[in-house]
Amino acid sequence: MQYEFDFASVLASWPQFLEGAWMTILLSFPATVIGFVGGTLLAIGRRGHTRWVARACGAYVEVLRNTPLLVQVFLVFFGLASLGWKVPAFAAALLTLVINVAAYTCEIMRAGMDSIHKGQIEAAECLGLTRRQVYWHVVLRPAMEKVYPTLTSQFVLLMLASSITSQISVEELTAIAARVQSETFRPFEAYILVAVAYLVLSLLMRAGLWLFGQIVFTRQRKLRSAK
Amino acid sequence: MIDGGLNAYHLQYLLFGALWTIGLSLIAFVGGGLAGGVIALCRVSPIKAVRWATIAWIQIIQGTPLLVVLFLCYFGLSIMGLELPAIVAASIAMVVYVSAYLGEIWRGCIESVPRTQWEAAECLALSRTQRMRLVVLPQAVRIATPPTVGFMVQIVKNTSLASIVGFIELVRAGQLINNSIFQPFTVYLLIAIVYFAMCYPLSVWSRKLEQRQQFGNRGTATPSVTTA
Repeated sequence: MQYEFDFASVLASWPQFLEGAWMTILLSFPATVIGFVGGTLLAIGRRGHTRWVARACGAYVEVLRNTPLLVQVFLVFFGLASLGWKVPAFAAALLTLVINVAAYTCEIMRAGMDSIHKGQIEAAECLGLTRRQVYWHVVLRPAMEKVYPTLTSQFVLLMLASSITSQISVEELTAIAARVQSETFRPFEAYILVAVAYLVLSLLMRAGLWLFGQIVFTRQRKLRSAK
Repeated sequence: MIDGGLNAYHLQYLLFGALWTIGLSLIAFVGGGLAGGVIALCRVSPIKAVRWATIAWIQIIQGTPLLVVLFLCYFGLSIMGLELPAIVAASIAMVVYVSAYLGEIWRGCIESVPRTQWEAAECLALSRTQRMRLVVLPQAVRIATPPTVGFMVQIVKNTSLASIVGFIELVRAGQLINNSIFQPFTVYLLIAIVYFAMCYPLSVWSRKLEQRQQFGNRGTATPSVTTA
């Protein structure tokens, strides 16, 4: 059977797609920022000397990383509602994405902090830096710089994973595609279009994060230009 | 409304769903692994066009959500006049997804075999195929084992999306049970526990393999797997 593509009818709903893309950004941007801060705190907790805190952080990471995001979304949205705590779909989606990405960020940041040489920390201590100064200037910032490419990939993956929240009726890109296809009876075209939209979004995000890295991590730039 | 909670039949049904989750994961791993192997080899091919085509494939698949790939397979097949069951669409989508990620992981492993190994093999007058088969790949496989096992966790977790196109695996089975007893918290918690029981051993295994390798050859970094 010959199939004739008809993108015109699907493209006619471009304002809806634009709204969906905006919703995707609205979901993934705060989730990235809050998740990053949360994940970094978790990593600090996991590396700390307080044993029960380290254990708790480790357990949190293992549980979140070994269960599907879809189940986590359902558990937060339907599960909490059945326990009498009704959360709006958007809030539930955002909450799930935050707790999910925090677990991944924790592992990445931990790897980065572990890779800081002990001698660096000892040297900083010898210079009379306070504990907080050592952590910020010698451990955290260089670690962030080191794992920044990995973090970038993780954040793009989070944006893509936010498509799952369409399952609890958050009106983001994938949900819009589902609606448009049911209105136009053109599912294939609608999903091709949405795939392209995600591709563009992820490319833009990569570019944006790269630029952000260039601005924030000036040290790397200086090192490179000194060569 | 029918009252009554979770009973033995429900648990049995969940187990049935879990078996399908494992089944789909195996299909995805074997199919995606074969395709991923080809992709990894094409990605380091000496022919520029092949390399670029593979890069494009990887970029496209890694730049779209698995859910959208799944919908494309599901609806794409049906418009071609093929009324295929959900498992076929889900399998194809998973194979496509796994091929891109495993291909990229394995490319990293092939490239992390020291350059000098290639050169030494060249000095021994081995052909390109021989160099790849006899010298580089055996070492690359060793490097690739921990991240591959780690990625299996992502495969198992991501098969949960097949529930959305109606394939009865663990999540779908749980949803059906939930429809009859309406205890979402209990049901989804139970599903999460089952997934954890399947994925956690793989995570631990991957970590152990990685540690053993680091002990064996210090300094060779293995590409890390990051997937949501």
